Amino acid sequence: MKYWREPLDLKDIRVPHGEIHVLVERCKGCGWCIEYCPRGVLEISSEINSKGYHPPMAVKAKACVSCGLCELLCPEFAIYVVEMEGEVVLL
Amino acid sequence: MLKMNGYRLDKTLETHVEAEGLNEEVHGRHPMDDLLRTDRLPHIWCPGCGLGTALTCFLSALRKSDLNLDKVAVVSGIGCTGRVAGYVRLDSFHTTHGRAIPFATGLKLANPELKVVVFSGDGDLVTIGGNHFIHAARRNMDITVICVNNFNYGMTGGQAGATTPIGGITTTSPYGNYEYPFNVSALAKASGAIYVARWTVLHARRLARSMTEALLKPGFTLVEVISPCPTGFGRRHKQRQGLDTLRYYHEHGVIRHGADPHGTDIGLGGALVEGKFVDVDKPTFLEQRARRLEQVLSR
Amino acid sequence: MSREDHNGVLSGEFFMQGDIACAEGAICAGCRFFGGYPITPATEVAQRMSERLPLVDGVYIQMEDELASMNAVLGASWAGVKAMTATSGPGFSLMMENLGLGIMMETPCVLVNVQRGGPSTGLPTLVSQGDMMQAQWGSHGDYVIIALAPSSPQELFDLTIRAFNLAEIYRTPVLVMTDAEVGHMTEKVIIPPPDEIKTLSRRKPDVSPEEYQPYRVAPGEWVSPMAVAGDGYRIHTTGLTHDERGYPATGDDQAQWLLVQRLIDKIEKNKQDIVMVEEEGLDDAEVAIVSYGIAARTAIWPIQMARQEGIRVGLLRLVTVWPFPDEQIRELVNQVKAIVVPEINMGQIVHEVERCAGGQAEVILVPHPGGGIHDPQKVLNAIRKAAGRKVED
Repeated sequence: MKYWREPLDLKDIRVPHGEIHVLVERCKGCGWCIEYCPRGVLEISSEINSKGYHPPMAVKAKACVSCGLCELLCPEFAIYVVEMEGEVVLL
Repeated sequence: MLKMNGYRLDKTLETHVEAEGLNEEVHGRHPMDDLLRTDRLPHIWCPGCGLGTALTCFLSALRKSDLNLDKVAVVSGIGCTGRVAGYVRLDSFHTTHGRAIPFATGLKLANPELKVVVFSGDGDLVTIGGNHFIHAARRNMDITVICVNNFNYGMTGGQAGATTPIGGITTTSPYGNYEYPFNVSALAKASGAIYVARWTVLHARRLARSMTEALLKPGFTLVEVISPCPTGFGRRHKQRQGLDTLRYYHEHGVIRHGADPHGTDIGLGGALVEGKFVDVDKPTFLEQRARRLEQVLSR
Repeated sequence: MSREDHNGVLSGEFFMQGDIACAEGAICAGCRFFGGYPITPATEVAQRMSERLPLVDGVYIQMEDELASMNAVLGASWAGVKAMTATSGPGFSLMMENLGLGIMMETPCVLVNVQRGGPSTGLPTLVSQGDMMQAQWGSHGDYVIIALAPSSPQELFDLTIRAFNLAEIYRTPVLVMTDAEVGHMTEKVIIPPPDEIKTLSRRKPDVSPEEYQPYRVAPGEWVSPMAVAGDGYRIHTTGLTHDERGYPATGDDQAQWLLVQRLIDKIEKNKQDIVMVEEEGLDDAEVAIVSYGIAARTAIWPIQMARQEGIRVGLLRLVTVWPFPDEQIRELVNQVKAIVVPEINMGQIVHEVERCAGGQAEVILVPHPGGGIHDPQKVLNAIRKAAGRKVED
């Protein structure tokens, strides 16, 4: 992230990091998580589940800040994020 | 389980297993699973339907509200939204078309300790169930009503209902709907609801927050949830996928807290006004009753 | 008025209107929820409940229509409270769909129909027995209903209590099919002391929530124990065809067979326990009157007159009209050569009598479209005809 000046408390900011879990068999390929992830973590995969849907995959897993929007938006209870203790992602 | 590139993919290569109890291995475990009847997943709603999201927000709100889950009862009617009752791991009742609200009234009055939630659709609640909707609001019956509005009768294939906007194409309005629709939030406010909020499923966080507020506030509280219905409605209006409808909400959604819902009719195009419209306090039906009986009857 | 604390039972001897007796019977049975809508001639039941329920820690609510009333009653029952509504013909019709819901979900409750002249708005203040077939066939689909027909305010009191007990044991809505005459008649009603009134309640589960299945019926039993909202059992129930877990099972034809068959069997196979009839003067009878409700009562005088003419006639009064007392009719036709059925409708229960008579005895209907009780001469003439005597005008 670009700043026009460096924030004074930059060293104190701890940005959480999340680990994405995809419940592949539940996904119906709606694409909402991919579209609305604020960090662009997810993309559609070329894998298919047993119903023929393409579940998402994390292409920028390190960028996940555990905001939980994918978990909240997903209509299928097919994706969730687990906040990883102690890991930070530099902005 | 495979670990690839720093993320986990809970996956199995087995084909779909029918047997109860094995779902966890096939599907993995989602944090909401303890509130869901996982033996009935995946649910019947279409890809791109907003009901799953509305349900996720509701379960999230329930958790946040810290209510005793053994005392929460969910009542729904008929329709796609009506199926919500069957997926929640709570005392739940799937009743007849339009009649969830009076059923909920009976539950609440017989056991005031229950937190009764009505979770049903626009067709069920304000079309066939319109009369019960306005009377429960009038009485300030202590129930929380989640009305998912997708502007049509989705379960039966996409017929017009009382919320279908003018010009809306449905299977029973093939030339475009010419009936004036109801504005659910306005109807609720006019009938006396003390909490009225409208959010689309895209605005999930605000939706969940409103749901929490509605759950915790005693009296008739309504949350109108605007949801995509790609199969019944969206695809007839150039929104073939749920995602297209979410993009529409993104573009057309306008947040106006405290707005008078009467000016916020939802049409095809134009602003889709959302927000918390009403949040006032008024004694509930049971409080009114207790007060009156106290006054008149000697103890 | 002061609050009472003797279970609400107003023991004593009263000169009491039928509708009021009905309300009192409900309270004696433990009814603590009434959801209703005013309709002549049942309004007095609602009025009495609105006065009495707050005094016994019950809830009265006047709903916006009869559909809401029936649903509120179901909801209250699912919260564990004995619940009732009272209506007449037009409201009865409105309640049909949700009566079906009550049957499907196996919800104990009581529905009182104070019948009046029909069809449609008909004769709001006047008697008929025109909804008797509707009682069994009014809601869509297959089911067997329990319907009781009192002939006096005292019996209306007694049968309301019985209705609640049957409802709780068989987990079903039970109908009390009374009428404007009995409902609006004022007569002596004796309300016994509380310890003399027998009330029964639904069985609760004795297993843990993890083991409990809302509709799993143990072998040899007919209904499952009923956990309600708030018990911690996280039950689900639906009007859709469901399996033992209460989950929709619409794709499973076994489930439909099992469920519907059991809903029918639980009543049919327990007729011995459910069916009540009253016999009078049948020992030596050559002909009999089969009737119910007020029409049975007004048949007493024609019977006495016929006896004076030497006709050996008796009365089989159906206290339970549904499930229909097949056996009792079949037994009767072994003895008598003809049956007279006076009813205040154009012929409803008479068809059931004919069905059971199986051609073994002549069945003579004495119809009445509603609006009043039978002309005793007409009934007497029917008895004469049945006995093969000359009919006088």
